[in-house]
Amino acid sequence: MSQQRNRLATGGRIDRTRPLSFSFNGKHFEGYAGDTLASALIANGVRLVGRSFKYHRPRGLLTAGSEEPNALVQLGTDAASEPNQRATQVELFDGLEAVSQNCWPSVGLDVGAVNNTLSRILPAGFYYKTFMWPKSFWKYYEHVIRKAAGMGRAPESPDPDCYDKMHDHCDVLVVGAGPAGLAAALAAGRAGARVLLADEQSALGGGLLGRRAEIDAAPAAEWIAKSISALQAMPEVQLLCRSTVAGYYDHNYLTIAQRLREGSDPGRRCDKPRQRLWKVRAKQVVLATGAHERPMIFRHNDLPGIMLASAAQCYINRYAAKPGDIAVIFTNNDSAYEAALDLAEAGVTVVAVVDVRTAAESPAQAAVRSRGIEVLYRHAVVAASGRRRVSAAKVMALDDSGESVSGAARTIRCDFLCMSGGWSPAVHLFSQSRGKPSYDASKACFVPGQSVQAERSAGAARGSFALAECLTEGHEAGVAAAAAAGFQRPGRPAKPPVAAKVDEAPLQPFWLVPAAPPGAPLNKHFVDVQNDVTAADIALAAREGYRSVEHLKRYTTTGMGTDQGKTSNINALAILGQTLGADISAVGTTTFRPPYTPLTFGTIVGRDIGALADPVRMTPIHSWHVANGASFEDVGQWKRPWYYPRPGESIQDAVNRECLATRQAIAILDASTLGKIDIQGPDTAEFLNRVYTNGWKKLEIGRCRYGVMCGEDGMVFDDGVTTRLGEHHYWMTTTSGNAARVLAWLEEWLQTEWPELKVYCNSMTEHWATVGIAGPFARQLLSELTDDIELDPKAFPFMTYRAGTVAGIAARVFRISFTGESSFEINVPARYDLALWNTLMTAGEQYGITPIGTESMHVLRAEKGFFIAGQDTDGTVTPLDLGMDWIVSKQKDFLGKRSLARPDMLREDRKQLVGLLPVDPQEVLPEGGQIVTDMDQKPPMNMIGHVTSSYYSVNLKRSIALALVRGGHKRHGETVYVPLENKVIAANVSEPRFYDPEGKRMHA
Amino acid sequence: MLLIKCPWCGERDAHEFSYGGEAHITRPENPDKLSDEQWADYLFMQKNAMGPFLERWVHAHGCRRWFNVRRDTVTHEITAVYKMGDRPPERTA
Repeated sequence: MSQQRNRLATGGRIDRTRPLSFSFNGKHFEGYAGDTLASALIANGVRLVGRSFKYHRPRGLLTAGSEEPNALVQLGTDAASEPNQRATQVELFDGLEAVSQNCWPSVGLDVGAVNNTLSRILPAGFYYKTFMWPKSFWKYYEHVIRKAAGMGRAPESPDPDCYDKMHDHCDVLVVGAGPAGLAAALAAGRAGARVLLADEQSALGGGLLGRRAEIDAAPAAEWIAKSISALQAMPEVQLLCRSTVAGYYDHNYLTIAQRLREGSDPGRRCDKPRQRLWKVRAKQVVLATGAHERPMIFRHNDLPGIMLASAAQCYINRYAAKPGDIAVIFTNNDSAYEAALDLAEAGVTVVAVVDVRTAAESPAQAAVRSRGIEVLYRHAVVAASGRRRVSAAKVMALDDSGESVSGAARTIRCDFLCMSGGWSPAVHLFSQSRGKPSYDASKACFVPGQSVQAERSAGAARGSFALAECLTEGHEAGVAAAAAAGFQRPGRPAKPPVAAKVDEAPLQPFWLVPAAPPGAPLNKHFVDVQNDVTAADIALAAREGYRSVEHLKRYTTTGMGTDQGKTSNINALAILGQTLGADISAVGTTTFRPPYTPLTFGTIVGRDIGALADPVRMTPIHSWHVANGASFEDVGQWKRPWYYPRPGESIQDAVNRECLATRQAIAILDASTLGKIDIQGPDTAEFLNRVYTNGWKKLEIGRCRYGVMCGEDGMVFDDGVTTRLGEHHYWMTTTSGNAARVLAWLEEWLQTEWPELKVYCNSMTEHWATVGIAGPFARQLLSELTDDIELDPKAFPFMTYRAGTVAGIAARVFRISFTGESSFEINVPARYDLALWNTLMTAGEQYGITPIGTESMHVLRAEKGFFIAGQDTDGTVTPLDLGMDWIVSKQKDFLGKRSLARPDMLREDRKQLVGLLPVDPQEVLPEGGQIVTDMDQKPPMNMIGHVTSSYYSVNLKRSIALALVRGGHKRHGETVYVPLENKVIAANVSEPRFYDPEGKRMHA
Repeated sequence: MLLIKCPWCGERDAHEFSYGGEAHITRPENPDKLSDEQWADYLFMQKNAMGPFLERWVHAHGCRRWFNVRRDTVTHEITAVYKMGDRPPERTA
């Protein structure tokens, strides 16, 4: 166990009584409760935390927050392992194990670092320019590049943790719990609004947690504590920490990723989710998201030990962890002076503050100078030096223009370097809300422009960086948001929290430290450290014509990756602007997209996995099918018995047995999944006449009729049998997979086009169960179970319906047939379904009753040439293409009729439904097989159609198929070919009817 | 996600609804009398408005009722919801 040699003896928001041990890259360390992985590494003097993506340069911590580009780690080793975690956000827990990403075999010895010495030949767009040629080789290059790039490992086994979702709404959602956010939440909460306050950090307080400041004449920590207590006492206020507002969508809909549990704790995996995704609809939103400090762009500015000034300040104040002993500070604004004072206070030797500006009288500068710290005005750090960590800064004087440096270079030894290039408001969520950021030249940053949705920004998020401004703006935003949501505090207005106003010398924009000596390459001036994009790359891209920011981003990869350029984008835009001679406001920003920081897949998916991924629908006799060994098939969400194998039977054996039983004895089929729509009303016949292609006005009560529905485009969309149960009462059946779509279709026309029709539709699919019995003994079996339905074919002919009692159950019996056998579809209320089935099975035993599944049903209907909508049709097939001219009325209008007369529908070479009989009756064509007429063609061959259904028919003792073939109706008798990988199957085109074409059996 | 105010059920998330395309397209009385171009115009040609657009929605996972909406296709702002068969309300300045 190593010492925490950089830990301060006192101070910080850590608990020194709770030491925690952890390992990083295999070495063991100790930290304290309250640490992040990053602060614990700083306390232990660990500088090197990772390697860069492209050049594999050694990298250290740049920030202390979620914007961290360098310190990406893989957490854990088991199935709960997570890649791309930012060490700055990972809260330390006992037993934490983390390894650096992007280095192989180890962070200290990295093979890919050879890219660094090759960096002169790996400029912007290198991958595009080199590995894309020849095109076919990319698959080989990609493999090697990906391995070397190491973007973290996805766990290989299923995630053992569970995740949750929460749907919520509030009057005011406050994003960010820094001074502005807390003040806003307090003001809105006091007005009585329902407030949700979300912050990504482990504690509320935002930037105040890393600073020494006073609010209401007391240390900020006291004000934070008091504010939290006040908020907790308000019943309508909810506080969420560890909660990143990830996305801002339309109509004030936001998502929040809440981390509930860090680390791996298998015992609690099931009772406590790891993360929760909140989906929040907010009446008003206050964006108090703060700002990101910008790095300075100088040579070797990516060495470990070079960090943002605010980060160093945060490590010292919040975590009592010192990034080093001797510091140089490089800045263009006053905020780094506050950091310099805090560092000095903590015992760090601040050897120099290097400021690009001329001297000014501001309290912060005066305080630094009076502490005896040397301030080098009008100077710049032109380069850092050191191996694997910074050891010195090379400083030179700036010319008046600021565009070049001159004079003697001075080398200042240090062991860390703090930089501040100014601040960029976190406008990400504002931009996601479709607001357009605008450039504020006086603050040298993009600030939120006009609001598009019901939101307002406050504090540093809108470019008001001073604490006093953050507090008043936050307060005002809270009051205004609550008022807009309808809440006004009774009595006199509350006072905002107060901080002393501090005079600051203005910032001087300074985007790129000039090359020293002038003209030297800028290829180690890093702009985007996560993607290894340098100032030279941006200049090269601009020269090559990538003048739009969106193109620049994609060509150089700047602003991509897990950090999405939070610390690099604005610098890149400014350098592009300088190169093009354009103003930064004209260059604009790239689009900010959700999520704000990466989300783990589990959080997005929540509980919608495994059995909960999609609902499963089961018929009332599902348990019987399971008990009797059925294999199941998914039909939409339904589980349907596919076939019922007996011991030792293959699927073909079972289907042969089931098909023979149907034609020779009796089959029983669970047909409950059929869509059933009860249609009532005096205009129903007229309505059916409009939605079906055939005529319905003369259907008598008690009779059934088959119908085909088309879309307005004339394409077949569904088919089924509809029965007239009474004067104004009809019973429509649809295919199993289309039931909801057909009902929606009927409703659409009734409600939107024909509201004058008195017709009422209700889904009855799950209220009524359907059992079909078919075969030569079906009537005999039914006669044993009913005494009030006359079954004689003359009294109860094909395509009619009778109500009566079957097996003691009130039933509706339909003489309709999909198998081509004499059959009865018995409908009973769903709760009697199993009883009916069991009675039929018992009574039918003597006739050899055989349950059949969907596969046999498909074979039997194909023998008859009955098409299945969605299998033999695909949305491009008309009733005429199916050869069903007989069902298309010429007398009346119906949906889709006019389309059937369009010239394209009359073409003779349309794909039409035909039968195929393979020349070798034992060869079964594969469904989807492509059909050609001439095997002498060279590829690509002229394909005239494809096989839509294909089976071996045991009843016909041969293979049969249905196919859609160009001009097929005129090809009957022709031989066609289906070329396959290893063979060619020849088949003869025929009528699509193979068995009992006159239909004698089903009429019997 | 859009927040849509169903005329019968009130405000609900967009995922309870299905979209029905442009509103106020009337099915021709006598399709047989139309030229192919006229029929194709009815069948295929919908406005692709950038800005305010009158369109149909159905509360598919709610009351199953159809209604009309005026939505800005750029900002998604919904400025009117009215029943099937009604004319769009006058636009307020």
